Amino acid sequence: MFLKQYVKEMAQLGVDSIGIVLLISFFIGAVICIQMKINIESPWMPRWVAGYTTREIMLLEFSSSIMCLILAGKVGSNIASEIGTMRVTQQIDALDIMGVNSACYLILPKIVGLLTIMPFLVIFSSAMGIVGAYATSYIGHIMPPDDLTLGLQHAFIPWFVWMSIIKSLFFAFIITSVPAYFGYTVEGGSVNVGKASTDAVVSSSALILCSDVFLTQLLS
Amino acid sequence: MIEVKNLYKSFDEKEVLKNISTVFEDGKTNLIIGQSGSGKTVLMKNLVGLLEPTSGQVLYDGRDFINMTKHEKIMMRREMGMIFQSAALFDSLTVLENVMFPLDMFSNMTLRERIHRAQECLDRVNLKGADDKFPGEISGGMQKRVAIARAIALNPKYLFCDEPNSGLDPKTSLVIDELLQSITREFNMTTIINTHDMNSVMGIGENIIFIYEGTKEWQGVSSQVMGSSNKRLTDFIFASDLLKNMRQMVIDNGLKL
Repeated sequence: MFLKQYVKEMAQLGVDSIGIVLLISFFIGAVICIQMKINIESPWMPRWVAGYTTREIMLLEFSSSIMCLILAGKVGSNIASEIGTMRVTQQIDALDIMGVNSACYLILPKIVGLLTIMPFLVIFSSAMGIVGAYATSYIGHIMPPDDLTLGLQHAFIPWFVWMSIIKSLFFAFIITSVPAYFGYTVEGGSVNVGKASTDAVVSSSALILCSDVFLTQLLS
Repeated sequence: MIEVKNLYKSFDEKEVLKNISTVFEDGKTNLIIGQSGSGKTVLMKNLVGLLEPTSGQVLYDGRDFINMTKHEKIMMRREMGMIFQSAALFDSLTVLENVMFPLDMFSNMTLRERIHRAQECLDRVNLKGADDKFPGEISGGMQKRVAIARAIALNPKYLFCDEPNSGLDPKTSLVIDELLQSITREFNMTTIINTHDMNSVMGIGENIIFIYEGTKEWQGVSSQVMGSSNKRLTDFIFASDLLKNMRQMVIDNGLKL
């Protein structure tokens, strides 16, 4: 039963988020590349700077932290409202009466499911950001593709990929556990479910930003 | 048999249940009646452990439920079935999956056996052809029947129903009442029903407890309800003008209630 829930949550929370992750990553990658090219370009700067900074921003911050902030809105509100509605319509009471550990049955598969799928989302996001950067190069002719490739390959530190993944795993835990708590403890009716959903998104976003500071310091 | 001894329940300063002592018998439909806000649902939630009483005892065949360990309570709850006022079906599961849910969780049956058992339960509540529908796609009466099927899937010893007729028309209510009574007899369950539906009281009330402002005001069987001299009970029973007038007519004509 847990396995079934786990697979379902992976699909619902992770796979269903791939579209929005790819879409946002593509455009952010493109925008970062354009901004870097326009604002940092100088005769004193090497030609690889724009590509290099695009890669570092995507890898170090966007694909982990900013993407998780976006997911906190999408996934967090989904979890809080789903569990909150189950609470106010007595579905959680029904589970408890049956002798099912409702918290374990409802929340654990969500946490484990998103933790499993999150590294893939991070990698897809980084890759799509780079595709976005290339799009500005090939389609928008912002800079020569060779310069971009040179920048993307310049001084690459593989640890940064792991850093991004490790950070995202912490954020995945926050994205699932905080809204689940807000949903599980909701009392009253639909108004309270809506409030819990909003509070969950705000709290998990704030927590992601705070922990990002500590994790960046810790892992750098 | 479920025995309640000197049960008290307070929320902050407000005392909702005051010294409730009673016995719910096996193989009978035990009804808890009373006005809205009288404490019926709180009493039921205390019986099933969704709320912790302030003091008192709840004994399931002599076993003290309140002082059980968490694990013992979980095991005990597998002997219980509950039908909620809102049916509380799982939205994301189909009708068949809802009925199969307790079997999936707690039985060692194969998938084929679980499906067979779930369909058996759905047949028992006269619900055919709705297996693949989601709760949102069926009527309130059908939802209640699915809830009953889910509650009896594991052959519970104790069945709790919190206002099973709420939101249903009188005819469907009657069907649900008859179903609950026949299931109770068939499986010799201890069934406790919270209701303020007078048709249920007169139709299936084999042991009726009247709660007034958190205290047990009266206990008896359906044949004694009409003739009761308890003022609060008669005020509750004859709340509607139609019944009030009928009662007055019977008394005026020297007939016996």
